[in-house]
Amino acid sequence: MKKVKSIALLLVILLISISLAACGEDKPKLNVYNWGDYIDMDVLDQFEDEFGIEVVYDTFATNEDLYVKLKQGGSSYDVIFPSEYMIERMVREDLLEKIDKANIPNFDKIGEQFLGLEYDPNNEYSVPYMWGTVGIIYNKTMVNEPLDSWADLWNEQYAGQIVMLKSQRDTLAVALKKLGYSLNSRNEKELEEAKAELIKQKPLVLAYMGDEIKDALISGEAAIGVVWSGDAVAMIRENPDLAYVIPKEGTNLWFDAMVIPKNAQNKEAAEKFINFMTRPDIAAKNADYIGYSSPVPEAVKLLPEEVQNDPVSYPTAEEIENTEVFKDPADIIQVYDRIWTEITSEE
Amino acid sequence: MKFKRFTIPYILWLSLFIVIPLLLIVFYALSSGDSQNFSTFEFSFASLERFFSSPVYIKVLIRSVRLAVVSTVICLILGYPIAYIISKENPKKRNVLILMFVIPMWMNFLLRTYAWLTLLGKSGIINSIIMKLGFQPLELLYNDTAILLGMVYNFLPFMVLPIFSVLTKIDFKLIEAAEDLGANKITTFRRVVFPLSLPGVMTGISMVFIPAVSTFVISDLLGGSKASLIGNLIEQQFRYTGDWHFGSAMSIILMVFILITMALTSKFDKEKEGEGGGLW
Repeated sequence: MKKVKSIALLLVILLISISLAACGEDKPKLNVYNWGDYIDMDVLDQFEDEFGIEVVYDTFATNEDLYVKLKQGGSSYDVIFPSEYMIERMVREDLLEKIDKANIPNFDKIGEQFLGLEYDPNNEYSVPYMWGTVGIIYNKTMVNEPLDSWADLWNEQYAGQIVMLKSQRDTLAVALKKLGYSLNSRNEKELEEAKAELIKQKPLVLAYMGDEIKDALISGEAAIGVVWSGDAVAMIRENPDLAYVIPKEGTNLWFDAMVIPKNAQNKEAAEKFINFMTRPDIAAKNADYIGYSSPVPEAVKLLPEEVQNDPVSYPTAEEIENTEVFKDPADIIQVYDRIWTEITSEE
Repeated sequence: MKFKRFTIPYILWLSLFIVIPLLLIVFYALSSGDSQNFSTFEFSFASLERFFSSPVYIKVLIRSVRLAVVSTVICLILGYPIAYIISKENPKKRNVLILMFVIPMWMNFLLRTYAWLTLLGKSGIINSIIMKLGFQPLELLYNDTAILLGMVYNFLPFMVLPIFSVLTKIDFKLIEAAEDLGANKITTFRRVVFPLSLPGVMTGISMVFIPAVSTFVISDLLGGSKASLIGNLIEQQFRYTGDWHFGSAMSIILMVFILITMALTSKFDKEKEGEGGGLW
């Protein structure tokens, strides 16, 4: 009797697992790997409904994280969202598939100033997704003077209230800019100086954070933080006491784009997805939700007036005059890695 | 002898998931080149040299060991009395108490650590009570104390359970004998109960020390990633930097440390010849 029971149990388990496995086979799948908090989930549902493709959505925290995961293999994504310098590196290392423009009719909707940029001069590999700047966000009720400089992050008055990004390039860029160097510096002496600056700053820093930085500033846990412009928009929406500023030393102008990795399983669906995300109504809905700035002018026109005129999201040409775009550090990446490891190891 | 063939699956499992990965780590630690491309590998001590030639990394190792030792000691000081008190209850009550001790562990470790963020934050529960009482908020998060708290909180059950299981198995006749021979309660504990419970203590120490010395989540969340532990450094090499050689070298160094502690504790175990409670 006991034997019969256990065999029956095994059969049931087998049946369940087969049926579960079968469920997954029904629809074609699209594996999307994006930054955390970087899409309106409704848009994904809409895509699933319109195209009958199941989206498997997963997130990463930094470009380096994405790169290592892609390079190590074992995971297959169809669409990923790296930033410009990482795209440059991935193209150099032949990790990306060329995109067939014929399948992306909405490519024409992308604003001209976002095309032909250095990281992908012929727009062969990438379709721009969002763009923005890096700046300082601060709580006006906790900081009694308007901030306007990276050096403010070294002001001892704000000890224990400053949050920095847990991201190698972005945080090094802050120190390099503070020192007046290029954020693409390849000079080891300059990089060592930046390292010393960041180590000097450490006692003043409350924590190094990824996406948690948003909660820390919204809740008043910290007074000052380094953030990407789009996050700043979302944060100010939640807590109007916050203000975003592009420091006078200049900052990083960045572009995130959608690309298809070499080992993609479903390139056709990937192109459909990229085209869908670039469609003005979808791009607008998405940009409105996450707070980042869309490179699709028609989409921007669909946004509420106050968003269109928000200098945080859509700064004037003058305001971004003093900006630099990240370049692939190529061979000097090891120096970056070593310096970052040393900064995080310091007590 | 008949049972020998039943061990084959276990031996296969062991070699596939423990021995081969370990050998791979040693292989990576002792070579250099592009982590993803075997053809570029060369035998070299570069990664080990990098670790031992830089005071930064040594400092991280010392810091990790220091925090792990402190948290183990705190767990022992807190855990032993708890285990002792629970073991003295009648079996029914005892089981309920142990169950209550284990229930929080049914929840995910990461979630429980996140919960401390909302407790300790500047606008968290503890600080809002303090502020209601008219005091300045305390800096509870993002320092070593918060990391220690996280370690003790998460690993305390691993200290209590083995000690408890040894204590409940002590033959009560031995205690009666000690009392008959005129020992008072303190002497009985010192000369009979405590020595007999040592195997459980040793197991508890290794079970707390090992996860504490290698953790990276607790220092990330409660320490605000400000000062890395060796676990963070290893994580960083694999997740962000992609330097598997250096990551493996550090893993080996950490493993050597853990092996030393285990060797010390198991030596103690054998000398004391206690019953049960030992994990290995």
